[in-house]
Amino acid sequence: MSLKDFTVPRTARRLLRAEPNLRMFSRLWQINWFFVLLVCCLAGVGYIALYSAGGGRAEAFAQPQIIRFGFGLLMMLGVALASPRVLRMLSIPIYGLSILLLALVLKMGHVGKGAERWINLGGFQFQPSEFSKIALVLMLSTWFYRIGRERMGNPLRLIIPAILTAIPVVLVLKEPNLGTATIVGVIGASLFFAAGMRWWLIILLAAPIPFLGPFLYSHLHDYQKARIDTFLHPEHDPLGAGYNILQSRIALGAGGRWGQGYMHGTQGQLSFLPEKQTDFIFTMIGEEWGYAGGVLVIGLLFLITMSGMLIALRCRNRFGRLVGLGISMDFFLYCVVNLSMVMGVIPVGGVPLPLISYGGSAMLTMMFGFGLLLSSWVHRDDPD
Amino acid sequence: MFTRRALLLLAVQTGVMGTLAHHLYKLQVVEGGTLKEQARRNRTSRRQISPARGEIYDRCGVLVAGNKPNWRALVMVEETTDLQAVVDRFATIVPLDERDRARIERDRKHIRRYVPLTLKEFLTWDDVARLGLNAPSLPGVLIDVGTTREYPFKELMSHIIGYVAPPNETDVQHDAALALPGMKIGRGGLEQTQEATLRGQPGTVEMEVNAYGRVMGELERVEGQPGARLGLTLDTVLQTRIRERIGERVASAVVMDCRNGEVMGLVSTPSFDPTLFDGGISRTQWNSLITDPATPLVDKAVSGLYPPGSTFKPAVALAALKARAITPSERFTCPGYYDMGGVRFHCWSRYGHGSINLHQALKYSCDVYFYQVARRCGMDAIHEAAVSLGLSGHLPIELPHMRAGSVPTPEMRRRHGHHWNGGDTVNAGIGQGLVQTTPLALATYTSRLATGRMVQPHLVRTVSEKLVPEDIPPLPFAKDSLIAARSGMFAVVNEPQGTAPKARLNLPGVQMAGKTGSAQVRNVPRALRESGHFNSMNLPWQYRPHALFICFAPYDNPRYAVSVVVEHGNAGATEAAPLAAQIMTDTLVRDPANRTSLSRGVVARADDVSE
Repeated sequence: MSLKDFTVPRTARRLLRAEPNLRMFSRLWQINWFFVLLVCCLAGVGYIALYSAGGGRAEAFAQPQIIRFGFGLLMMLGVALASPRVLRMLSIPIYGLSILLLALVLKMGHVGKGAERWINLGGFQFQPSEFSKIALVLMLSTWFYRIGRERMGNPLRLIIPAILTAIPVVLVLKEPNLGTATIVGVIGASLFFAAGMRWWLIILLAAPIPFLGPFLYSHLHDYQKARIDTFLHPEHDPLGAGYNILQSRIALGAGGRWGQGYMHGTQGQLSFLPEKQTDFIFTMIGEEWGYAGGVLVIGLLFLITMSGMLIALRCRNRFGRLVGLGISMDFFLYCVVNLSMVMGVIPVGGVPLPLISYGGSAMLTMMFGFGLLLSSWVHRDDPD
Repeated sequence: MFTRRALLLLAVQTGVMGTLAHHLYKLQVVEGGTLKEQARRNRTSRRQISPARGEIYDRCGVLVAGNKPNWRALVMVEETTDLQAVVDRFATIVPLDERDRARIERDRKHIRRYVPLTLKEFLTWDDVARLGLNAPSLPGVLIDVGTTREYPFKELMSHIIGYVAPPNETDVQHDAALALPGMKIGRGGLEQTQEATLRGQPGTVEMEVNAYGRVMGELERVEGQPGARLGLTLDTVLQTRIRERIGERVASAVVMDCRNGEVMGLVSTPSFDPTLFDGGISRTQWNSLITDPATPLVDKAVSGLYPPGSTFKPAVALAALKARAITPSERFTCPGYYDMGGVRFHCWSRYGHGSINLHQALKYSCDVYFYQVARRCGMDAIHEAAVSLGLSGHLPIELPHMRAGSVPTPEMRRRHGHHWNGGDTVNAGIGQGLVQTTPLALATYTSRLATGRMVQPHLVRTVSEKLVPEDIPPLPFAKDSLIAARSGMFAVVNEPQGTAPKARLNLPGVQMAGKTGSAQVRNVPRALRESGHFNSMNLPWQYRPHALFICFAPYDNPRYAVSVVVEHGNAGATEAAPLAAQIMTDTLVRDPANRTSLSRGVVARADDVSE
């Protein structure tokens, strides 16, 4: 593994390693600019796709989104410079705030298309469930950092983090947003796993999951059951519930190998695609740029995921590793759920494609998360 | 430990991403073809476009049925938030009447969202201007232009041309093309019979539509075939003159080119305005039309069945001559009446005509002569002659309401369960009783008699500027017989003591042959008739006999045949003959046979007429 190759020049690194308490400018220099470049590339793809989704008008989606990205970029760089100590201190208030917002949104939020809940924060709308993912990553990482690797063997030590994970999962489930709740749960689980949870415990807990399926299904909301039925048999109601899945598949297929050409995708431009600027943006990319473009975007998403994982691997302290891994998992799960959704692999649920789909909360929280990831890179050599 | 587990997770991530990329490959590249086809079907909508209906012209190229642009206001329902508000605001600019509102209310319920809803048709230029000015306050309202059928001659031609109407359910099942918006189907007249020629072939247009069915652009257009242009044998100028000549009378007149059967004038009065039906007709208007004793909706020239009266006598003469029952010079005695089986049949002249031959019998229109001739040659011979002269049976005129004349034989009557009396034959001899025919059949009969050819009456002269050719066989009568009949008809008009001296033409060098006729519509009680004081002029209008006259001219080289029936006109000689003479004069002056938009049509050579 040659991590060094994709990081800052060797001489600079050696120079900086000698001095643990870096000054602001030096710390800025420490930021993994390659990762920043990848993020900017993804945002660029988003800009181009949203320009097309807006029917060739930048002001429809592309322009507001790129302005948000600008803010997000500044925020990301700011967070990247924050020291892990400060982040650990902030983790409890941030987690508390996220839970508060989740509870608040249940009480007084606006229901969007079926499931997503929004909260109105003085003029702009905010989705607390997005924010809760980052908060959970920060919270669990701090917790696992505190208890250390050695005490992971004691199952009693894991009860509190399990509760900390369960609270947002249950709250998001109550919204009810099954997709995001699953993502939150899986992020939590992956942090338990990475933090060193014992295999016997993992197996013990995972064993009953296959039998839980029918039980869970009977507890699903009607709309969620309908969604699963639609997913299994989209052709039963091609103009109703199955419409999204069918049209999305048709659009991807119409793209073929090389695509119908930028701004020439008939499914997207003629509004056959549902929510082409948000959840189904990848479909439009696939239709207009073909398999070639789609696979390039998947490659870019994978590169970002992998970079995040490599940053986590490169990190020398437990907190940074867990934060890096959690954020990478968050990004990865977003991508996978969204891509599977538009390709018709899993039932449709409101999960956007990070940094490409139009939408503020997802973009800003993701950028905040990337900030945390970069922070653990900047402070990778801090001792545990 | 962490490194191991992180790498494990990374491996899982790589696997999942790889699977997704592979799935994308399957979707886009492997299944791409079929899904692409689905996308194409998604976005394209093939629509047929209604062809323009063929126009109809008269023989001189004057438009008698055309397509006129129809400016109408439509509203795109999907672009309005409150349709009722738009309709109300529209009504303040262009008034909507009850019928419009009812139609809008009906249409809005079952119209599809992206099909525009018609607010008002037949907008005037002022309406269009005012709507344009108020466009900002009328969201979703647009003006477009369709076509509507136009009949410049209105009631003058309404019986012949017919009219068009939206197709009904059965029509659509018969031909799916009729379901296209704006398609009309011919109802009545030539619009109905020439439907196949006039309709044309629909074109197709392939359009790109969005998910809401809204048309975004046109991909491909295949123009349809507009309906063929129909050229008629009619002459609108002559038609107008005939109409003026008839005036207020309830009558019908037919002018025919007796050499080829081209119908140049075909008038039945009173008539109706065909545009009444286009915009919808009110109940009171409809009731007044159908209860009018003058039957304006009936084309009397083609579907009015009348006893031919004495105009039938030349046909009886031809039948008898052909059957060799009589010779032209053979004399019969007329004492003023004829007794048969205890029944006395009167001649129109109470004093009788004495001993007369065929020529005189026709000239005086002696009834007793023809009573005897009819008895002698028999009903079968008369029927046969009537059929070959066109008086009985169907005529190939291109009108749906054509009714066949009937000259029944005893055999035919028996087949229908009726009895045949000897008196029926006697009455048939003077064109009364069971004999019935139409003015068109009378004109055909006159033409055939004048030319000796089996001319067929027709109205369509050209289809798409091509002449419709025809073959005209000769009549099955000996030339001498025809000459005898014609000379009798010449005498009617031109010789002293002929029955129709008033029909003499006031044209230098042109002479006309004709025959009067009066057809009883009601049995006159014998007592009244025998009292000698019977005068049908004293009867109420609807009990008076019909007045008929048939004629052809010029006598020495027949060109035109005219038949006139004046309902309850009392006597052919006084009422129908002068009118026929006027019409014949107009026809000869106008000479429509030589006024065509094309080279001359097929013309049969007339026989020599001179003895």
